[in-house]
Amino acid sequence: MLNLLLGFASIACAAVMLAGVAFAQPSTPADDGQWTMPAKNFENTRYSGLDQIKINNARDLRVAWTFSTGVNKGQEAAPLVVGDSMYVVTPYPNILYALDLKQNGAVKWKFEPEPAAAAQGVACCDVVNRGCFFDKGKIFFNTLDDNVCAVDANSGKLLWKTKVGEINKGETMTMAPLVVHDKVLVGNSGGEFGVRGWLTAVDANSGKIAWRGYSTGPDADCLIGSEFKPFYESDRGKDLGVKSWPPDHWQIGGATVWGWISYDAAQNLIFYGTANPGTWNPELRPGDNKWACGVFARNPDTGQARWFYQWNPHDEFDHDGVNENIVVDLQVDGRTRKTLLAAQRNGYVYVLDRTTGEVLSATPFIRITASKGVDLKTGRIIPNEEKKPQIGKVIRDVAPASPGAKDWQPCAWSPRTHLLYIPHQNLAMDYEGVEASYIEGTPYLGVNVKMYGNGGGKRGEYCAWDPVQKKKVWAIEEDFPVWSGTLATAGDVTFYGTMDGWFKAVNAKTGEVLWQFKTGSGIIGQPTTFLGPDGKQYVAVLSGVGGWAGAVVSGDLDARDPTAALGFANAMKDLPQHTAKGGTLYVFALP
Amino acid sequence: MNQESKTKRMVGTALRFRSHGVAHPTQSFVRSCMPYFLVLLPFLFFSCEREERTLVVQPPSAQEASLPQVSDLAPGPQHNKAPSVSNPDENNSWMMAEGKRFYEAYNCVGCHAHGGGGMGPPLMDEKWIYGHEPQQVYATIVEGRPNGMPSFRGKISNDQLWEIVAYVRSLSGLTNQWAANARDDHIKGAPPPNSVPEGTPHNSSEPQP
Ligand code: HEC
Repeated sequence: MLNLLLGFASIACAAVMLAGVAFAQPSTPADDGQWTMPAKNFENTRYSGLDQIKINNARDLRVAWTFSTGVNKGQEAAPLVVGDSMYVVTPYPNILYALDLKQNGAVKWKFEPEPAAAAQGVACCDVVNRGCFFDKGKIFFNTLDDNVCAVDANSGKLLWKTKVGEINKGETMTMAPLVVHDKVLVGNSGGEFGVRGWLTAVDANSGKIAWRGYSTGPDADCLIGSEFKPFYESDRGKDLGVKSWPPDHWQIGGATVWGWISYDAAQNLIFYGTANPGTWNPELRPGDNKWACGVFARNPDTGQARWFYQWNPHDEFDHDGVNENIVVDLQVDGRTRKTLLAAQRNGYVYVLDRTTGEVLSATPFIRITASKGVDLKTGRIIPNEEKKPQIGKVIRDVAPASPGAKDWQPCAWSPRTHLLYIPHQNLAMDYEGVEASYIEGTPYLGVNVKMYGNGGGKRGEYCAWDPVQKKKVWAIEEDFPVWSGTLATAGDVTFYGTMDGWFKAVNAKTGEVLWQFKTGSGIIGQPTTFLGPDGKQYVAVLSGVGGWAGAVVSGDLDARDPTAALGFANAMKDLPQHTAKGGTLYVFALP
Repeated sequence: MNQESKTKRMVGTALRFRSHGVAHPTQSFVRSCMPYFLVLLPFLFFSCEREERTLVVQPPSAQEASLPQVSDLAPGPQHNKAPSVSNPDENNSWMMAEGKRFYEAYNCVGCHAHGGGGMGPPLMDEKWIYGHEPQQVYATIVEGRPNGMPSFRGKISNDQLWEIVAYVRSLSGLTNQWAANARDDHIKGAPPPNSVPEGTPHNSSEPQP
């Protein structure tokens, strides 16, 4: 412990000297050993205060037990731990399992919501589910066919089920809910189908819809009223969700809400991003296309919007803005600021003032050709005119590619190292605009895409980012996109998985790989850590390749067609030689 | 197939067209292919062949009873093999090129890409869940399939449907190779349909000879 502390102290000193940063924050919040929501906490740090697994003993990790989910599609969910139970939700058909931690994961009960089979056809990027949420004795989760379920955490009995969307329009649900003040906050997927995006609050006790805030359309629909005070001029004005589109196009304008929601209790505000505008082809929708590709701050009780910032006005490349906004206080120019930290799809790590939505910094974390930076005066990203999409023309070397520099796979933030751990991909693409016809329930795309490695680099990376210094501290290159989540711990060990099946423990300070284990299939899940009933620290992760990146395996796609999986298949041609489908939970511990 | 399972197979997702009053290129598709007479115009030049089509297939609003049989499976000793029909479009380059155009315009391409698949399964490989015979592919498109293939019943004219069927089958080399598309105007890098590598397609419900 002592040498650990000393080590930590010297790193801290170095960092302080470099950055002039004072470690004002408490280094380790108390931890009860549970993991009750996918992001670990409302701030979305995915940081656990557990420290039994450390830099100097992680090499001894071994499998404690495993569990087959029985579903061979992309496993993106986070295994939750509440008391002596673990809760895991599978991809379609969205089976919810309760496992007994006292009996090496024996099944306590399982709940099968039986979603409509047809939902599989309108799920853009494999039939994934990003996890469930525990609050006050209930487990909440979404089904692919747009039902929000509340299940009794003890008995596995369905308490209520509320249908909030329509698969015949192309709406599905893949995100994990967040529950604040008895409001179950959920959003839709389907930006590839020209659906209309929304965030909906469902009452945790009755299952009744409390409010819905749309991401396009008139202010009244978007719950934009007198409390709305966006920082930038371009977000002020009446009904911009209508006026920033060609007539009526907002009705099929996308801007879905399929990513992460974070919550700042002090301000009583939730933060969440909106996805790409409807039809990927930007020529068909001149205008800023509000409120797509941005971040909303809203009051969770009423849904009323407080501020909005648009990462990509008039998005050109499917650079959704749904990545997690981590609530963390940072030293910016010598001043402690209440910030949001977000590694966005467009390739920038953003630091925003979370009270106003002002951009404090935006720094590229991969090679970017699609844009030339972010103007900090206007807050607007500066598009690269040379890469402007055109109907009938193939634009080459657009970086990042459509899945962005980082897609759904969530980062972790360690208050000990003050580093952001970013699992991400490094891809560029050829992009060709074509005509798009809107036919309800079918894709509304209007582009042909073909992806490949960015600038000759490897296709994936796991890196540690210092948001104050605005630079990468270390990086581990990976052959395939790093499509798994990550977690950080008080033992200064972080974890992530690779698409060819390796689960890795990393020294949070140096990026040294301390231990790795080859699981049965590629890993795209979110690792979690917890204290078992025996008082020991465990680490859990689902193995089972899929998702957009792994669809070439989970969907048996034919990569001779480079445009398969919306162009992702071209970059993943060799994945089938490295991994096969799977669906197994792995739980690790020290001996 | 018994009646119950047949009804189950009808559950393809319903579709609705919507025009959203914007004069942009989106509309040109609707303008160009909704008035069928425009599309049918060229048929005047091919009409002799057309008249003699052997298929007895009703327009998309067909009665259930006259729908093509979807599976070879039948209870009892007498196997009711699906009648083999030939699709004249499969010998005609122009028809197959039209099929490709409709395949893109009706957004098949969004779910199946240019044959490699995505939300829907690949159509250029040798695996067929619901059969590769022309009438089976036709039935798939018209009826929809339970795991997310929408039903295009009433959305696509019969002539267009057979052209799409021809194009879909050409993706895995099942049509006349001399007639299949030889080039692609788009980003594509997949082998064009007339040079898809050899391979015997197999039908899940048909034993191999
Ligand atoms: C919304 C997505 C979607 C659209 C649009 C779509 N399909 Fe499909 N398609 C699917 C899915 C999903 C399946 C698999 C259904 C199943 O397994 O039950 C499928 C199955 C098929 C099959 C059967 C493949 C086999 O192996 O038997 C064919 C053929 C097909 N589609 C052709 C088309 C054509 C032609 C169009 C356009 C007219 C089209 N599809 C539009 C999603 C789609």
